[in-house]
Amino acid sequence: MSRKEELLQDVVIKFAGDSGDGMQLTGQQFTNNTALLGIDLATFPDFPAEIRAPIGTVPGVSGFQLRFSSDRVFTPGDLCDILVAMNAAALKVNLKSIKPGGKIIANIDGFDNKNLRLANYPDGVNPLEDGSLDGFEVTKVDVTKLTREALKEFTDLGTKERDRAKNMFVLGLIYWMYNRKLDNTIDFLTEKFGKKDTILRSNIKVLQAGYNYGDTTEAFTTRYKVEKARMAPGTYRSIMGNQALAMGLVAAGERSGLPIFLGTYPITPASDILHELSRHKSFGIRTFQAEDEIAGISSAIGASYGGHLGVTTTSGPGMALKTEAMGLAVMLEIPLLIVNIQRGGPSTGLPTKTEQSDLLQAYYGRNGECPMPVISASTPSDCFDAAYEAARIAVQHMTPVILLSDGYIANGAEPWKFPKAEDLKPIEVTFKEGLSEDEPKFMPYKRDEKLVRPWAVPGTPGLEHRIGGLEKQDVTGNVSYDQDNHQHMVKTRQAKVDKIADYIPLQTLDSGPEKGKVLLLGWGSTYGSIKSAALELQAEGLEVSHAHIRYLRPFPRNLGEILRNFDKVLIPEINNGQLIKIIRDEFFVDAKGYNKIMGVPITKGELVSAVKQMLEER
Amino acid sequence: MSTTIQTPLPTLTAKDFATDQEVRWCPGCGDYSILAQVQKIMPGIGVPKENIVIISGIGCSSRFPYYMNTYGMHSIHGRATAIASGLKATRPELSVWIVTGDGDSLSIGGNHTIHLLRRNFDVNILMFNNQIYGLTKGQYSPTSEENKVTKSTPFGSIDHPFNPLALAMGADASFVGRSMDRDPKHLQYMLTRSHQHKGSSFLEIYQNCNIFNDGAFEIFTEKSTKPEETLFLEHGKPLVFGASQNKGIRLDGLKPVVVELGENYTADDLWIHDERDFFKGQMLVRLFDDPNKAGLHYPRPFGVFFETDRPCYEDVMAMQLEEAIALKGKGDLDKLLRGREVWEIAG
Ligand code: SF4
Repeated sequence: MSRKEELLQDVVIKFAGDSGDGMQLTGQQFTNNTALLGIDLATFPDFPAEIRAPIGTVPGVSGFQLRFSSDRVFTPGDLCDILVAMNAAALKVNLKSIKPGGKIIANIDGFDNKNLRLANYPDGVNPLEDGSLDGFEVTKVDVTKLTREALKEFTDLGTKERDRAKNMFVLGLIYWMYNRKLDNTIDFLTEKFGKKDTILRSNIKVLQAGYNYGDTTEAFTTRYKVEKARMAPGTYRSIMGNQALAMGLVAAGERSGLPIFLGTYPITPASDILHELSRHKSFGIRTFQAEDEIAGISSAIGASYGGHLGVTTTSGPGMALKTEAMGLAVMLEIPLLIVNIQRGGPSTGLPTKTEQSDLLQAYYGRNGECPMPVISASTPSDCFDAAYEAARIAVQHMTPVILLSDGYIANGAEPWKFPKAEDLKPIEVTFKEGLSEDEPKFMPYKRDEKLVRPWAVPGTPGLEHRIGGLEKQDVTGNVSYDQDNHQHMVKTRQAKVDKIADYIPLQTLDSGPEKGKVLLLGWGSTYGSIKSAALELQAEGLEVSHAHIRYLRPFPRNLGEILRNFDKVLIPEINNGQLIKIIRDEFFVDAKGYNKIMGVPITKGELVSAVKQMLEER
Repeated sequence: MSTTIQTPLPTLTAKDFATDQEVRWCPGCGDYSILAQVQKIMPGIGVPKENIVIISGIGCSSRFPYYMNTYGMHSIHGRATAIASGLKATRPELSVWIVTGDGDSLSIGGNHTIHLLRRNFDVNILMFNNQIYGLTKGQYSPTSEENKVTKSTPFGSIDHPFNPLALAMGADASFVGRSMDRDPKHLQYMLTRSHQHKGSSFLEIYQNCNIFNDGAFEIFTEKSTKPEETLFLEHGKPLVFGASQNKGIRLDGLKPVVVELGENYTADDLWIHDERDFFKGQMLVRLFDDPNKAGLHYPRPFGVFFETDRPCYEDVMAMQLEEAIALKGKGDLDKLLRGREVWEIAG
């Protein structure tokens, strides 16, 4: 039958279902399919903390939001145009995030009495029947029944196994709806189930059945198309934040000539970096799953002491456990990379939800005067550059460095115009190889113009020396309790970190005029929302600019100047106000905060209103 | 620019392993003897000085690296084992020595100790056991005997002590031994054995803290009681002890019994020590009664309780890297960055 075909610019789709329904996989497949067409996109996977929360319940809902567009996109979108709800709980959780008039594709089987009860709908109430969804365009599909039917001839598969292919039906249907080919998913399934022929064939069968269903049913009158985005020319791939971060480490290892050692302990949402790096042994990367967080960082210190680049990865609670060892690394003045994929806190908090609440911990959370550079990543692909840069600073300034990412960008995906290896600026590393003629004795804490001490590793004849956590005498490195020396060393360690500001780029504005009414100042994963809001406000002719800080400690030298060019400064953060404290403290600026602490990203819409309100005041 | 000065391989002496740092242990502390014995054996172990690394935690014993003219790190409480793990994993050619105490390795760092042992990094753990917290001025430790009156336990401690060697056996240590500060010859022998063992060597060294726990091991170290109260293990030899070598330990089924040699028993009836016998090793470490308590009493064994060969973590780790390279070739960064699926945006 003939269908209308409609061209769309921008679509936000969300796949939501029980955590056992395979929504993450469905979303990822649709993402790859979209990316390969050169359409710009951003994703937001949102999953429960429980591996398998009770089936059908609200806590068990897992979602995958994807925005794709022929224009540039910077966020996964505030509200969805289309929600795929595999059960009643998925609808309940996501109802408030559908645009008015948006589409809902509901799997009827997930709205039977049992599922309605599990989702805590009152007795006898079914949202699909009671008119409460009249403001939306609802299509009911019996996914379960259609899947079982498609697999009729697969007699050796039980009902449970057949039902497991449900998500492929949905994926096929959505592929049809957006005019897509099935190839990349068929390739994926072939790789995944290559050895299990029946499972492979049944999945492909259901995928095709979903596609054909779209073609034959009369429920859908329109197919949609989104054109390629106007992105900078080049070769692109799709990338997730943790994957990019791991690759940034591999690249730093390759371009510095230092083998990477990762000492870590599994923790959500950082574990994927370990998973990724453990696969890259052919790059000489050693991954060590330690007995706890403390052993993770301690082993990394041991590796750096031995002349490798020691890295440890973690999330909030793990960061807390590592603090004493971070202090040791500051005293030893050796390179070390500490990666914190932040999540909702305090304590165990919200393990699978995002937050930016460890900035003050990164800044101050250690005993003693213990300064350490802090760097942040702002988008999934930016995790690559941030990791590379953090590694550079660590080895060139002989210091532990904290790299902050968070759950949102760690699991989010976007297209990435990946660099060529040769275009990555090599990271120069100098080891002290021996004593020169005018050096009668090795001085482990003698500093160069950057205030950096030499890296002398065991195995180097003539440089045998002792270091440790006790206060050092400058130059000799001998233990010293001298009062003047302590004052001098505290100041020197601070000056050494401050001096890094001479070796990092100046702060630039991401968008907007150099002087104006409001500066939106952000760091980390709020980048996409702030950028989108700033662009929208600028399009309305408002004097709003956006600066996004990568180098949080030390700040770029010109940051204060930029702040003073604006009447007002608004600092959006997914925390209770942390960067704002540091900015006020350092620059005496009366900045205002926009703080959302709900475990989810800030939306463009709420920022636009916040800025407008700010502009209206006085 | 620094130029490397080629040092010929000299014959070193114990003095070459001493530093210019003033040794700060209390006069009379058992640590002095241990330091002296370590310095004595170092020239003979066949490792260039620059390849020796000593890593310690926190405590009196952990001052050790400052007094050894090798590479060294005085780290943080309990973590020397974890730091050494990372160092050995990345630099297998180094000779890594961990100097730790009963509090450092069994209390705050207990977790890392057992995990290091099960992974079997080729390192030597010298655990100075003085059964007290010296550096913090005299609280009971995880090896202090029950009911010990200290500053923190004026009514006697309630804790049951660890049996360090049983703990090491439980963690599948591949070398388990015991020595003492007051027997320099034996200590030198045990240090050398620890070094020679390929794998994690756990050497407990009884060390007298003459300030806060003086005489804790007196009955094992003093001439008058030592022969009756200690049992020096020798591979392939019967378990004999006593002032005139007149006593021995016999296995009665699975039970060790102390017997008099002479009329009823000869050396042939005794338990023959086999360092490679895991089950006997498990029993030997249990000859650990509190001499002040009533009940079964055995002499305290010293020497190598158990030794076995098992792959070392760092070697298998290196092997995995080599295998990956042999299989896929050296990592190609461009290939990695490109991934599997890409698309072009035309200019
Ligand atoms: S307190 Fe005890 S263990 Fe510490 S140095 Fe003094 S005697 Fe030795």
